[in-house]
Amino acid sequence: MSTSHEPEKIPVTVLTGYLGAGKTTLLNRILSEPHGKRYAVVVNEFGEIGIDNELVIGADEEVFEMNNGCICCTVRGDLIRIIEGLMKRKGRFDAIIVETTGLADPAPVAQTFFVDEDVKQAARLDAVVTVADAKWLAQRLRDAPEAKNQIAFADVIILNKTDLVSPAELREVEARIRAINPYAALHRAKKCDVPLADVLERRAFDLDRILDIEPDFLVREDDHGHDHDHHDHDGGHHHGLKHYHDEDMQSVAVRLDGDVDPAKFMPWINRLTQEQGPNILRCKGIVAMKGDPKRFVFQGVHMMLDGDSQRDWRPDEKRESKAVFIGRDLMEEEIRNGFLACAA
Amino acid sequence: MTEADNAASSLAQHAQLFDAGAHVVAAAFVDGAPTLALADGVVLIGDPREQKRVVIYPDAAMLTAISDGKTLLTGGDDGRVVAVLADGSVEDIADEKGRWIDALALRGKACAWSAGKQVRARDESGAIKSWAAPTTARGLAFQRKGFRLAATHYNGATLWFPKVEGAPQTVEWKGAHLDVTFSPDGRFLVTSMQENALHGWRLQDSRNMRMTGYPGKTRSISWSHDGQWLATSGADAAVVWPFKEKDGPMGKAPRECGVRQARVTQVAFHPKALVLAIGYADGLVLLVRLGDAAEILVRHPGDGAVSALGWNATGSQLLFGLDSGAAGLLSLPA
Repeated sequence: MSTSHEPEKIPVTVLTGYLGAGKTTLLNRILSEPHGKRYAVVVNEFGEIGIDNELVIGADEEVFEMNNGCICCTVRGDLIRIIEGLMKRKGRFDAIIVETTGLADPAPVAQTFFVDEDVKQAARLDAVVTVADAKWLAQRLRDAPEAKNQIAFADVIILNKTDLVSPAELREVEARIRAINPYAALHRAKKCDVPLADVLERRAFDLDRILDIEPDFLVREDDHGHDHDHHDHDGGHHHGLKHYHDEDMQSVAVRLDGDVDPAKFMPWINRLTQEQGPNILRCKGIVAMKGDPKRFVFQGVHMMLDGDSQRDWRPDEKRESKAVFIGRDLMEEEIRNGFLACAA
Repeated sequence: MTEADNAASSLAQHAQLFDAGAHVVAAAFVDGAPTLALADGVVLIGDPREQKRVVIYPDAAMLTAISDGKTLLTGGDDGRVVAVLADGSVEDIADEKGRWIDALALRGKACAWSAGKQVRARDESGAIKSWAAPTTARGLAFQRKGFRLAATHYNGATLWFPKVEGAPQTVEWKGAHLDVTFSPDGRFLVTSMQENALHGWRLQDSRNMRMTGYPGKTRSISWSHDGQWLATSGADAAVVWPFKEKDGPMGKAPRECGVRQARVTQVAFHPKALVLAIGYADGLVLLVRLGDAAEILVRHPGDGAVSALGWNATGSQLLFGLDSGAAGLLSLPA
């Protein structure tokens, strides 16, 4: 008799960020700190890494469309090949870091982990980490759609080079980030000097780790000594951040007290992600299904959805259902009404 | 099933099991000697009791290896392509300077390899020609006659005569193509795809053949000795397509051999009979006779997925290896 247990999957951290934001600085920090971990690093530009690392793999970002009837379903073909090859070195490294080019869309990388069976079996996407330049991000958000995508997609945002801007400029750029993605963990940094625990082993795509989906600033308000301007009365927001509205990239948060009817909710979420998937970059939700003692959690990237029953609702926990969507030109009213109509 | 039935349908007691020490990338017989290519860069040659151990890649991983029965050709993630003979002698064929060797092809003294988009072919005299694929070339195969190489890439495959000037011929089909094989009679080119399907072209008119319905990717393909059947992995049975007719498998249903509750990972046709060796993701190895679907057990399940299968030239021995390093040599009773 052999006892079968799921072997630990290799975590993969995706490092994005516009040209010059500081991705390579962060990568060099990850590789040079004495953490005892061995990383396989997938890079697009060889020679930029200043640190000796045993496993540096040069890749061409080969984005392939899948012929599965899903128009936005693209994968990184090179990544599938590289992960397959790296499995031949199993046991000789602990984690994989994928550095994308400055102009890359993170979606194909993330979708690779939803679509490819072999990749799914060997590795798990840990988090999308975006490095942003505090001085130039605001301008890039205006003139570079790629930069906006990278912010919208991120689980973790390193706002780098904060020493090059004034406190007012810093607040401004943070507000612009929050207008696009209020849910990512946002860390200020100079020369990417963030604790690596904030970057690695985030388990951001692990359904079991979706505990809550409050905006990051609400979650972290107590433990962060940020110099928020509490005298700013603009809109009366929770923490006094100036409120911006990004014209084409937004987040939509929906909530209803109590349960949803699975017979209504499942077709609705499937239809929504099928019809509006090209515009929805990320989504996440925690739902109380009528008659189910367990929380149902889901997350998605464009048209890809992944959902499962999680832990039991606790006796002291209010049964409620909520979801967030980050995307381009989202039809907020339609999403909200559709969700509310799923009430049990 | 009674115990007597079990005994009659098992050859497991004739399989000599051993530990190869690392993920088995390829299993072959080189000049009759059982030979295992291992992911840790080692090649094991000879009888399991007195194996010769040849270290090909001391500091790298072996990504791929193939054999034509005379030579074992290996590709490493350090960019080196190496030819290994049965006596353990090695010849450095190429060094792509740290770029991964993704695919290999071998025919007699000629060979080919790819590293990313770069495809190179070396003829019998040692002259090397290069061709750049539009995207990474994932699979290579030589046609049996003429010095012609097929390379797969995104949205199709390209047929290239390395010795002939002029544009290579590309056959197109949307999607990412992985492994590639010519039918033994040279009439068909077949690729495996990212989308859990095979694609084929009849070369005389580039007519397309779609072979779909797989729950997983096909990464192992094998032609029967008479060229009339193509066995494939990727389902919970070996899927065997008929290629006897002039239209190949078009409009025909495939045979399913060795249906189990486990994914087929490797297939290898016997060199002289319509008997297929099948390896599964749970480590089981089975022989299935195509004519009457009779099944004979070779290896019990356990210890990982079967990652390599190879017959000797006469079909009297079958060598198998798993991704855990478990391995075995079956000698068929005379």
